[in-house]
This record gives sequence, C-alpha cells and structure tokens, in this order.
Amino acid sequence: MHQIEELNQKCTQTRRDIVRMVHAVQSGHPGGSLGCTEFLTVLYNKIMNHNPSNFKMDGIDEDLFFLSNGHISPVFYSVLSHAGYFPKEELATFRKLNTRLQGHPTTHEGLPGVRIASGSLGQGLSVAIGAAQTKKLNGDKSLIFTLHGDGELQEGQIWEAMMYAAGKKIDNLIATVDYNHKQIDGDIDDVMPLGDLNAKWKAFGWTVLNMDGNNIEEVITTLEKAKSLTGQGKPIVIIMKTEMGNGVDFMMGTHKWHGSPPNDEQLASALAQNPETLGDY
Amino acid sequence: MKEYPVLGNKDTRSGFGDGLTELGRTNKDVVALCADLTGSLKMNQFEDENPERFFQVGIAEANMMCIAAGMTIGGKIPFTGTFANFSTSRVYDQIRQSIAYSDKNVKICASHAGLTLGEDGATHQVLEDLGMMKMLPGMTVINPCDYNQTKAATIAIAKHIGPVYLRFGRPKVPIFIPEDQPFEIGKALHLTEGKDVSIFATGHLVWKSLEAAKVLEAEGISVEVINIHTIKPLDAQAIIESAKKTGAVVSAEEHQKAGGLGESIAQVLATNLPTPMEFVAVNDSFGESATPDQLMTKYGLDSINIVEAARKVIAKKIK
Repeated sequence: MHQIEELNQKCTQTRRDIVRMVHAVQSGHPGGSLGCTEFLTVLYNKIMNHNPSNFKMDGIDEDLFFLSNGHISPVFYSVLSHAGYFPKEELATFRKLNTRLQGHPTTHEGLPGVRIASGSLGQGLSVAIGAAQTKKLNGDKSLIFTLHGDGELQEGQIWEAMMYAAGKKIDNLIATVDYNHKQIDGDIDDVMPLGDLNAKWKAFGWTVLNMDGNNIEEVITTLEKAKSLTGQGKPIVIIMKTEMGNGVDFMMGTHKWHGSPPNDEQLASALAQNPETLGDY
Repeated sequence: MKEYPVLGNKDTRSGFGDGLTELGRTNKDVVALCADLTGSLKMNQFEDENPERFFQVGIAEANMMCIAAGMTIGGKIPFTGTFANFSTSRVYDQIRQSIAYSDKNVKICASHAGLTLGEDGATHQVLEDLGMMKMLPGMTVINPCDYNQTKAATIAIAKHIGPVYLRFGRPKVPIFIPEDQPFEIGKALHLTEGKDVSIFATGHLVWKSLEAAKVLEAEGISVEVINIHTIKPLDAQAIIESAKKTGAVVSAEEHQKAGGLGESIAQVLATNLPTPMEFVAVNDSFGESATPDQLMTKYGLDSINIVEAARKVIAKKIK
C-alpha cells in the first residue's frame, strides 16, 4: 500500500532526526520519542485536519493536539517540522541557547505548532478539556487529541481530569496513553503499578480503545474508529501499547534510554538501522 | 487632609461577583470556573444568567487552572474562582507552566485572602500569595481595597490581555472609593497629599491607613496615603516621587513581610532613592482561628500599627 510506505518513510526519517538531535546536544529523551513515532506521524499526516503553513494559536476549525508528556519533544519537533510547521533545518537548534526548540515544548518562544508548555507532568489532559469546551462554545466541530505517558498517570491531576471529562460529557476529545510500561526508575510495576488501565478508564466513564502503537495500519484504523465514536456523549481514550526505543535495537526492551543520549558509535548503529529517506536536516 | 466618607459596608468578594455579573452581560467571551465555592465567591448570579458559560469543576483546583488555560485557546477569557490559598500555593505549578509560561489569558480570582478569613484558621489564611504570584514572569497582581475598587478591577482585567491574579477578601469593610473612580492597572491611586511620610497600602490595609493618617494629622504630621492596588507591575514612578517629597515610607499589607508589597517597594527605593522605611505586615508567622478584628490586632495590622510605623520612620529620616 503506497500510503503506508510513505508513512513508513516519514517514520524512519523521524527516528533518524530523534537520535541525531539528542546525540548532538548529548541530552534529551530518545526512548519514549522513538516509541511514539508511528502514532504522531499518522496523527499529523493522516488523521488531523490542521493548517501547518499558517499556524494560529486559536486553531479555530482545526483539530488540535496537546503533548502532555513534553519530554518526548524530539519526536514532536520532528513530526511538526516534516508536517510543515517550521523548516526541518531548525531541528539542529534543539536544546541550544536562543532557540525555539526548548528541551520541553513551550509557547514562550513562539514555535508554530505548540499551544501549551508541557514537561511538568499531568497537566495536558486538563488543558485539552478546556480547549475542547471552548470548541463546543464556539460551535467548532473540530477535535482535540492528546498524548500522555503511562508513568504520567501516576499524577493525581490526570484522575481529576478523567472524572471531569466523563462527568461533563467532553465527547470531542481523544486521549492516548503511551503504554510502554516503563518510566525513569524502571518498569511501571516496580515503580508504581497502574493496575488494569482499561478497567480504570472505563469505570471513570470513558470509551476505551486499544492498539499497537508501533503498527502503522493499526494506528490508522484505531484513530479513525476513535473519530467515528466522537459526539456520543463520552470522551475517548486509546491505550496504546508501544515499545520504548522502537526501531533502534539496542534501545528496545529497557527503560535505560528514557533520558540518555547515544554516543558516536551508538548513533552510527542507530542511523544504519534507519537509512535516510526524506533527507536529513 | 482629604476626607473619605464611608459609602457603605460590603465584602470585596461581592465586588468581584457583581463585576463578573456585569462582564457576563457585556462580554460574551468571558467564562467562569469555580471549584465548589460558588456562593463564597459570589458567582451565583453569573451562573444563573450564563449557565452555558459557567463551569463547575468540583474540588479539583489543579484541573480547574489547566482547563482555564486550555479555554483561552479559541478566544475565551476564563475567570477562575476559589479561595486565595487554593488559587495559588495549591496550584502553583499549574499556574507557572500552563498559564504564566504558556502566556495564557486567564484571570485567577482569589477570595478569602489573608487573616481576615478569620475563624477557619491558618490552613486557609494564605499570607504568601502576593509573593508567589509576583515572582511569576508576566503575571499581573492586583489587590483592591474595597467593594467599588474590586468591582472596577474585575471589569478592567477582562480587557487586559495576559494572566492576572486578582485578590480579595471575605469580611464586610468600608466602601470609600467612589463608584465612578476609573481602575487603571499599574497606576497608583493618591488618596491624600502630604509631605512628612508616605504610606503605601494595599487591600484591606488602605482604609486602615486612612484611619492612621487622621491620627497622625492630629499630631501635626502631614501624610500621603497612596493606594497600591496593583502590586505588579508596580507604579515605581509614583513611589519614587512620593518618597522624594516625604523622605519616609511605610508599607501596609495583609501579607507576609517577606515577598509582599513592602518588599517590592523597598527594591524600587533601594535601587533608585534609598529612603527610611517601615513595614506593616505579618512577620514570618502563620495565622490562627479568631475573629478578623482580633487577628488584625494580634498580628499587628491595625491602624495603630501604621501610626507607630509612621512615627518610627519619621524619626529615622535622613536629616
């Protein structure tokens, strides 16, 4: 399928961008970024109705996305640039002085595509709810998408927002949880078990979907299904299983690459596994 | 000395509630959120008249602050309502990241500030809020002094683009600012002209400063009372000009000495015009349960404390 091949190429290029960005400044978060590459690539290139060439904060009549787990900024920036929000050459400025590509995303430097600062966890679902309610007040039929880390669900505010969204019937909202089962200190079950996530979201009154976040076709069909379920009085969440570090063999199957950059040799290996497709920045 | 007749007695939170009601009628972009304190914040009428623009979030202040931040995306002007303690210290990180750093046009409206909350005690008597909020880059911080000024301030902040912290209180206090007095954010309001001492006061301490000025005038001391309703941005020019004229400064506020209005004024004066200064404020202490009047007396926030501070600072004047 031609379209899947195109998305695959974009993903490969984004994986290259991610490892090159964090390698260049020897800081940043490659693991979660790699795991969410397929999801964000599909969302911005196939699912969302948005206007990258003329970014406006208010996003009237556009679908909006809020990245709540802001530390995976490398994948966010790469996908935004390839979607056309800003030149891909700017990816070379990641985490450097006097630039718009801050370690964690911010509106403060005016980077097109970013509508809220994130990094301090647990806040993005509430922000998304607010944006969703304003869309309803404005009679704007567009949708709101979010992404959250699974470790982030340990923040209490997420559960405040879950209760609110169901209670107030925020049905123009599609949240996604990156369920890679890992956080900085180790496996989720060793740090603070989340229990039965499906059952918990369902008990809070959400429509719950599941998908393999590293399978492009499954991401497309699940997001399309989620869209078809909006407007029915319930918020929607997708519990998305991913592999942290996906696409770079030595970064997979461990939590160690949450916030560690590769060295020169590791970078070469990662790039060899992901040959250039659309041109490096 | 200019006299300020008492026009009535009302709580400043009612000024907020009535200002919000007016905004509901005149500005369709204004929305209001409340964390289970609608009656305490006097938001009922706005809710009754604009049910589609009123959002009850329950006892979840962190959620409320970030929902408000999100609501600005698409052009709404959210006013959040809860007690001052739950509007600041409880949600500081939410305000810092999602509102201040994200440049969101949210109006954080905070009632029951300070000791005059009274019997509920120190858990609820926030005395650090002005300091916390003024430290946030881009945050406008306003602490009006009576019903009329609070109503005017509430209406004024809807027109200001950017995050605002609006602080008001629970008890009924004298109304003395004329109803038609325009509210200009960042512009100090001269209440009396004087040449011996400047009293810079905010919130409930403004009326007490006028009372203090009467006592001092009777002793032959000419007092300049200036109402600093906007803590940030601070009207530095008005402060420097008055200090130049009087050579002695007193600050008066219902807040900790550390981080409060007095500290901001001291910074302006130390940099531009070092001037002897005294601070009427709570001195590194939590409050406790009692009536508002008992607490203001015990913690040194009465008019007599302002009188004593003025005498003291005049004695320290640089000859």
